[in-house]
Amino acid sequence: MRLQDHILVPKHEILKEEEVEELLNLLGVKKEQLPKIKASDPIVKEIGAKPGDVIKITRKSLTAGVSIFYRLVVE
Amino acid sequence: MHPKKIAAIKFEVLSPQEIRRMSVAKISNPETYDDDGFPVDGGLMDTRLGVIDPGLKCKTCNGKAGECPGHFGHIELAAPVIHVGYAKLIARLLSGTCRECGRILMKDEKRDKFIKEIERLKALGQSYEEVLKEVFRLTKAAKKCPHCGAEQREIKFEKPTSFYEVIDPETKEEQKLTPKDVRERLEKIPNDDLPAFGLDPKAVRPEWFVLTVLPVPPVTVRPSIILETGQRSEDDLTHKLVDIIRINQRFIENRDTGAPQQILEDLWELLQYHVTTYLDNEVSGIPPARHRSGRPLKTLSQRLKGKDGRFRGSLSGKRVNFSARTVISPDPCISISEVGVPIEVARELSVPIFVTPNNIEIAREFVLRKESPKASYVIRPDGKRIRVIDSNREELAEKLEPGWIVERELMDGDIVLFNRQPSLHRMSIMAHYVRVLPYKTFRLNPAVCPPYNADFDGDEMNLHVPQSLEAQAEAKILLAVQEHILSPRFGGPILGGIHDHITGLYLLTRGERKFGKDDAMDFLRALDLSEIPAKDEYTGKEIFSFILPKISIRFKAEICQGCAVCKEENCENDAFVVIENGKLLKGTIDEKAVGAFKGIIIDEIVRKFGNAAARKFIDDMTKLAIRVITRLGFTIGIDDVDIPKDAINQIEETIADAEKRVEELIKAYREGNLEPMPGRSVEETLELRIMQELGKARDRAGKIAGRYLGMDNSAVIMAVSGARGSMLNLTQMAACIGQQSVRGERITRGYAYTHRTTSHFKSNDLSARAKGFIRSSYKSGLSPVEFFFHAAGGREGLVDTAVRTSQSGYLQRRMINALQDLKVEYDGTVREQTSGIIVQFKYGEDGVDPMKSYRGKAVDVKRIIREVMEVKG
Repeated sequence: MRLQDHILVPKHEILKEEEVEELLNLLGVKKEQLPKIKASDPIVKEIGAKPGDVIKITRKSLTAGVSIFYRLVVE
Repeated sequence: MHPKKIAAIKFEVLSPQEIRRMSVAKISNPETYDDDGFPVDGGLMDTRLGVIDPGLKCKTCNGKAGECPGHFGHIELAAPVIHVGYAKLIARLLSGTCRECGRILMKDEKRDKFIKEIERLKALGQSYEEVLKEVFRLTKAAKKCPHCGAEQREIKFEKPTSFYEVIDPETKEEQKLTPKDVRERLEKIPNDDLPAFGLDPKAVRPEWFVLTVLPVPPVTVRPSIILETGQRSEDDLTHKLVDIIRINQRFIENRDTGAPQQILEDLWELLQYHVTTYLDNEVSGIPPARHRSGRPLKTLSQRLKGKDGRFRGSLSGKRVNFSARTVISPDPCISISEVGVPIEVARELSVPIFVTPNNIEIAREFVLRKESPKASYVIRPDGKRIRVIDSNREELAEKLEPGWIVERELMDGDIVLFNRQPSLHRMSIMAHYVRVLPYKTFRLNPAVCPPYNADFDGDEMNLHVPQSLEAQAEAKILLAVQEHILSPRFGGPILGGIHDHITGLYLLTRGERKFGKDDAMDFLRALDLSEIPAKDEYTGKEIFSFILPKISIRFKAEICQGCAVCKEENCENDAFVVIENGKLLKGTIDEKAVGAFKGIIIDEIVRKFGNAAARKFIDDMTKLAIRVITRLGFTIGIDDVDIPKDAINQIEETIADAEKRVEELIKAYREGNLEPMPGRSVEETLELRIMQELGKARDRAGKIAGRYLGMDNSAVIMAVSGARGSMLNLTQMAACIGQQSVRGERITRGYAYTHRTTSHFKSNDLSARAKGFIRSSYKSGLSPVEFFFHAAGGREGLVDTAVRTSQSGYLQRRMINALQDLKVEYDGTVREQTSGIIVQFKYGEDGVDPMKSYRGKAVDVKRIIREVMEVKG
C-alpha cells in the first residue's frame, strides 16, 4: 500500500533543483532555515527523497483551503 | 564612547591560579568586625574587598560606598574538597579513565570517533548529551586499561560528594577516595582525552572540579544590614563563609599539632559539608545548613534558582516607578477609554514636561501653581532634581529655560496604561485617559470588564504612567481601549454591554413600549445629542435609535426561540432585529446585539465607522442602559421562582415517573434482560440509560416550571436576554436540581465494602436517589442526603477550577517562552527572529490577521453583497 493513497496523508513531491533555487531566492533564506523532515520519515522514503532535497507538501487547510509547505530532508 | 557589542559569551571553569589572580586579599580570619566596629583585616569584611558602610574607603580602588564595585578575595583551603555542582561529572571521569595512567578507557580510534560525533552535533547546535552517556556506558564497563593494561576497579558515587572504589567485587569491600585522591587521578587525565567527555581542554582542566582555593565574593554581594536595634545582621553568604574559614583554621591547627587521623578526617568531612552547602543548600542527601532561627540559609544556588531568583525575579522581572495599584470599582458615567484615578494617586504620580520655547509658559505656570495639578520637581539640564516647594517656586519659575524638565502631577487627559493580572492576552494592558476623581478606587466603565476579566468583588489593578513622548504616542495609537474593541482572537468585539446594560436595553426596546417626554429626556440627558425631535411620546426603539450611527443590519436576537420557519420582521417574539439607516425598526436589543463577545451592532459600527464611533456608541449605550434600568427599576426576589401548586404536582409526577422507569431499567439489568448498546458493557449501558432518563426528567420539570415563569418575570428576562444566568439555573431554583456527578458519573463512591454511597441505603442500591439524584429545588430545600451529594458534586467543581488555572498558567508560560521570538514578516512568512528559521510559509496558512477578519473569515461576502445592493437600489 502506498502511504500517499491515504486521505490523511497530504501530497508530497520532491522539488527540482531550479525550483529549490527559485524558492530560496523568493524567501531570501538558506536551505537550513527551512523546516526539516527526517530522511527516515516513511513518506520521505516512499517518494525517494535524499538528505538535501526539498519536499513540497500540498495540504488541505481549514483556514485557506489549500496550503503549501516546504521541508528540507535531513538525516 | 561607543557602546561595546558582545560577540559571544563563553563559560569556563575558574582555575586555582585564576582565583588567586583575581583575588585582592587572602581571607583567613573568621572575625568580621573588631570591638570598635571596624572591619578586621584578613576577615570577611576586609576593606580591600570593597565597602558598604558610608564613610569608609575601599583599600583597593579608593572608592567610596556606591562607587566601588567590590573585589574578590580568596580562601586557601587546607584540604581539597569536591565542588557539588561537578560531582556527577567527576564520577563519570573517574569511571571513564584508568586508575593508573589516567587515560580514557577506550582505544584511540574509538575515542576519536566519539570526539568527531560530538563536534558534528555541536556544529549543528544539537544536544550531544546522548553521546556522552554512551561514552560513559562503554568506559565504565572496561575491566582493563587498553593503554597500560592495569586492572580497573568499579567506582561508586554516593550523592552528593562521596566516592568509593570497590577493592574486591567478591566481598564488596570498599575504600573511600578522599578529595585528594580524586584530584590526583583527575590530574593524570591527558588533554587529548577530554573532548570525549564533553570538555574543552582550552577552557577546563578536570582537577579544577576539586576545590583547593575558594573565591570570596566582594562585600557588595553580601551586604550586612543594620537592624533597628543597632545590631548588625550579616548576609547568609557571610555566615556560611565564616563557617568555612572557622573549620579551615581548625583543620590547619589540628594538622600542625599532629592530631590523630580520625579527627582530621572528621574535620575534612565537615569542611566538605560547609563548602557544599555554601554552593547549594538544597542538595539532596544532606541536611540544609540553618540559621540560628532555624530558617535554611539562602546560599549561592538559592540566589539564582526559582521564581524569586536572580533570573526570573531580578532580571526578567523588576519593580517599577511611576505606577499605582488600588481596588477597582465601576462608573458607567465615564468613557470606556477613561480611568478614574483617585486624587491621592494623581498627586503622587508625575508626568515630565520637556521644556521647549513653545511650552515654556505652560511649564512655568505649573511650577507657579499652588494647587494640583502642580509641578512636584524640576530637573536641570545637569540632571539635578529640585523639589518644588512654596519657598523656591518663584525662583525656579524664573530660572526655567528650554532643556529643563518639569515633573507635573497627573491630571485629566493624561494617557496611562492600565493592567489587571493575570495578563493573559494583549487586552490585559490597555491605555486609558485619566479622569482625576475623589475617593480611593480606580474607576472604570463596566463595559471594559470583559477584556480584563475584572469584576468589583475586591479586584485590584495596576496603573503605569508612560514617561516619554514616544511612549505616550505609542500608548495612544496602539494601546488605547478603542483600538481593542475587536479581539485578535476571533475577529469580533470583545468589549460590550454586560449585565444591566443588556437588561436595560431589553426593557427599553422590547415591543412597542412608549415612554413619556419626561422619561425619554431623563434617559437621554447624559448623552451628548444635538437634535431630538419634539414629541409627547417616544417608543423605546426610537430612543435607542438616537444613539445609533447610520448602519443597516438584520439579524436574529438572543431571545430568538429558533422557530422552524423564521418569520423575520413579523416575529411574534420581537426577536428579529431590523435596523435601517440607523433606525431600529423591529426587534429587541439584547446580548446578541450589544453584548461583550457577541455584539453584532458593535461589530458593524467598527467596520463601517471605525473604532472612535464604536467607542462613542458603547459609551452612549452604557449610559442610556443604566439610566433606563435605574428609572424603570429592576429586581428579583425569592418569589420570582414561585410556581403554583399545580405545577409542583406535575413536576413531582414527572420525577416519580422517571424514577419508576429507572427502577424498571435496574430490574431489567438484574434479570439480565438489558440489551447493551454498541461498544458498551451492560453496566455502562445501564448507567447511561439512567443518566439519560434523569436528565430528561429534569428538563421536563424545567419546562413545566418555565410555563409558569412568564416573560414578565425578571429572572426570566435576564436569562433569555443573556444578561445573567440561564434557564437551567432557573429550573434548578424552581423545579428540580437534578443529577449530581463526580467525574462525569453518578456518585458511586462511599464506604467501599458495603457497595453503597451512604448508610441511608441498602448495599448495591442503584436507584436514582441512592446515586445522587436531587429531586428537590434550591427553593424547596434539600434533604440531608441530597445535600451531601450536592456537596460532593460542588467540591469537584472547586478542585477542577483550582487545578485548571495552575495547569493552564504553566502551559501559557511555556507557550510564551517558545513563541516569543516569532514574527510575521512583510512577505507573510512567520520566522524566528535570531536564526531566520521559517516556521510557517504563510501566517495561519491563509495570511489573515484575525483582528481584521470577519469573525475568523477573511471576507464577509454577505456584507459586501448587501452593501453593493444598497448602492444599486
